Amino acid sequence: MELSDRIFYPLVAVLGLGAIGAGALSAGGPGAAFGLFAWLVLGGSLVCIWERSVVRSAFALLGTFGGTAGLFLLLGSDFLAMSQILIYVGGILALILFGVMLTPPDLTERKLPRVAAGLVAVGAGVAFIAAKVAMTADWVQAAELAEPKSATREIGVAFVAAEEYVVPFELAAVVLTVALVAAVYVARRRTSDLKPEAGAEAEPRA
Amino acid sequence: MGLGAYVAVSAALFALGIVAILVRRNVIYVLMGIEMILNAANINFVAFDRFNQSAGGGGGLEGRMFAIFVIILAAAEAAVALAIVLNVFHLFNSVKPSEADLLRE
Repeated sequence: MELSDRIFYPLVAVLGLGAIGAGALSAGGPGAAFGLFAWLVLGGSLVCIWERSVVRSAFALLGTFGGTAGLFLLLGSDFLAMSQILIYVGGILALILFGVMLTPPDLTERKLPRVAAGLVAVGAGVAFIAAKVAMTADWVQAAELAEPKSATREIGVAFVAAEEYVVPFELAAVVLTVALVAAVYVARRRTSDLKPEAGAEAEPRA
Repeated sequence: MGLGAYVAVSAALFALGIVAILVRRNVIYVLMGIEMILNAANINFVAFDRFNQSAGGGGGLEGRMFAIFVIILAAAEAAVALAIVLNVFHLFNSVKPSEADLLRE
């Protein structure tokens, strides 16, 4: 383990404890859950950017996607939380891992100064925008919220009701079909790749 | 937790996605950054949907529906993008986006 790793990972762990503690202090149990999920989301993506190994980065994204599902649950959207886990963790992450396995790793491409400079520059921009928004926006307070209720049935009905989302729903089906067929078509091996080229026996392929 | 906390988390996640795209010289990281950015957008959609309902509005499903369609398009995008990555690697023997420069010549 390098020195930078030995500084980075304890820092992330301390940030997590701090986030959970701050949430618990400000809003009790839900606040602690929010702190945990927010830390999973942000810590997962931080580790993803930091890690040298692509496989570890992909697994760090597990934290990001799972934490997002947790935030959806806290916001009362249980259906979205389940589809987030099913599609992102079960589908997209597995797809990314396939991509990782089919391409070689490049362990030298991460440069520490570049990572630090990128984090500082973008962090400063976000802090500026967040400060502007926090000072100007007048948002609904959490205390005024009604209890969240499961909307799975409403979502299902809205998808097939003629007045609502049936056209986007069918369009999404077409888009998915076309995209998946196209992906298979683009990623296929041409027959010319399989046949040995003329004179290939003389010089072995690199 | 107020709406501001969710928006702050979403903004930070969006920024980390941008950093992942800009800083890492590997196509796989570009894909991961795009997924982070889409997740940030989804957190925003769902958070604003939830806090909009409570304000005595219609209590509609718009934000959640948008989030569902974002997830659908993310799935399609990931499949096509990975097929393209595999092809680029096959053609250029590299996963660096800067080396796919056939059109420049």
